Amino acid sequence: MRLSMTSKIGLWVTTALTLAFIYVPILVVVLNSFSTSRTLSWPPPGFTTEWWGKALTNAGALSAISTSLIVAAASTVIALLLGTALSFALHRFSFFGKSTVNLLVVLPIALPGIVTGIALNNAFRTMLDMQLGWFTIIVAHATFCVVTVFNNVFARLRRVGTSLEEASSDLGAGIWTTFRLVTFPQIRSALFAGGLLSFALSFDEIIVTTFTAGSGVQTLPIFILDNMFRPNQAPIVAVVAVVMILIAIVPIYIAQRLTTTDNR
Amino acid sequence: MTTVSSSAPDRVGESPVRASLARRGSVFLYRHAKVRLALLLSAPLFWLGLVYIAALVALLITAFWTVDSFTGEIIIEWNITNITKVVGDALYHAVTLRTVGAALLVTAIDIVIALPIAFFMAKVASRGVQRALVIAILMPLWASYLVKAYAWRSILAQDGIIDWMFGPLGGSSPGYGFEGAVLTLAYLWLPFVILPIYTALERVPDSLLDASSDLGAKTGSTFRHIVLPLIVPGIIAGSIFSFSLTLGDYIAVKIVGGATQMLGTLVYSNVGVANNLPLAAAISLIPLAIIFVYLGAVRRTGALNNL
Repeated sequence: MRLSMTSKIGLWVTTALTLAFIYVPILVVVLNSFSTSRTLSWPPPGFTTEWWGKALTNAGALSAISTSLIVAAASTVIALLLGTALSFALHRFSFFGKSTVNLLVVLPIALPGIVTGIALNNAFRTMLDMQLGWFTIIVAHATFCVVTVFNNVFARLRRVGTSLEEASSDLGAGIWTTFRLVTFPQIRSALFAGGLLSFALSFDEIIVTTFTAGSGVQTLPIFILDNMFRPNQAPIVAVVAVVMILIAIVPIYIAQRLTTTDNR
Repeated sequence: MTTVSSSAPDRVGESPVRASLARRGSVFLYRHAKVRLALLLSAPLFWLGLVYIAALVALLITAFWTVDSFTGEIIIEWNITNITKVVGDALYHAVTLRTVGAALLVTAIDIVIALPIAFFMAKVASRGVQRALVIAILMPLWASYLVKAYAWRSILAQDGIIDWMFGPLGGSSPGYGFEGAVLTLAYLWLPFVILPIYTALERVPDSLLDASSDLGAKTGSTFRHIVLPLIVPGIIAGSIFSFSLTLGDYIAVKIVGGATQMLGTLVYSNVGVANNLPLAAAISLIPLAIIFVYLGAVRRTGALNNL
């Protein structure tokens, strides 16, 4: 589109400002994790790696990281099984209530986290009389992680079609052999990408987690939230926050690379 | 597909009995599509139906129960005390209005920020810049929500970066409160608003814009009369995210909102401190109802197909 010079410059400037608006806060956290100040004052009076050393030997932070890793891994495994089964069912079959099932998958992330959180909290505590803990967090996380796996695998199934599988069974391969040697290799990278996204989603989640974790289990986001309001913990929280960005961004980046190279 | 050639040696080691069982299962499943479907659907439906739908229904039911004020135990007795309290009490009116106001403000701020950058990405930038910008917008979408809210806690802090930047000009940080919460929420949901608007703009054919300017329209009027009407569904799709996510938020409000009360914080304090799940359930029906009204209102525009 032809634009006047002024509007072009105007657009460039607004775009640059918007990007700054998006990235400056994240940069501030990274810089604060190296600041010598114990409060959040700006600009940092000096730089130190002291907090990184302290945070990386902090028992609470370390156990929170391993808790988060276990929860994310367990809910990803469940999400992979359920999400893959669902995407095959919705792609290969047409049946009564198909669109309802489709809606059902999206619902846990479409509704506000607080509704999902309190609904599960209420179901576990009041209805089933259960103690909140590992089991309840993993069940809750798996519930909203199903959709990421489903989206990835369903998109892949739609793209690869069924002709190779038909060829395989025409040549005499049974269902298992066809799945192992034809279908699985075709969806392998979609499973991996969906699994990574679901892992990152679970690793970051805070709203549903606060309602389903109880007091015994502390995930990394809950650790950050608990320590955020304590005086003088600011630098350690900043370090853990940076670690959290890294742990979440790396799998996302790999997943993005996987899906874009596949689509070429 | 090179792995296919290795299939023959695989079968050699298997015992004939196991192989024939697997084979029979395979033949049976191949012939019975309905059994295949049932096997695929049973586990996920069991999970989503039992865990999620049952939980939502239970939430609705709990809203009609009460809590014994002495023991803190839930009394299973049908009444509408909580509902009338939530509908009638002035506190809930004020908080609901404040929350809806915040959601509308956040949505408006996000749309105003999103329109120029989305237009630039879709219609002005070269292919390479466009791709880089999409990634630049997507990456923070995945950076932890909590970390971003925490970032705003440091930005809005006393002697924080806002005070440092605007202090010399006589300005100061709004501090932790309603304004801080609105700013932070607008920041949090911005990528969710940019992306659908960008997708909608991508679909607007360039020839329309050229025709408009050939006919003498200035950039501003082309945008108002040609582009804007075409991307309304995209804008609404984005607004659904910012609106509904703001209605349900309580963590960011807790972190940067100071003492500001929103529907989310009320729900949370009733689950935790006050230990009154039935009341919390009743309160949580307010954002749910508002979202369904909103979704119903925008359904006619076709925006839901743009999600």
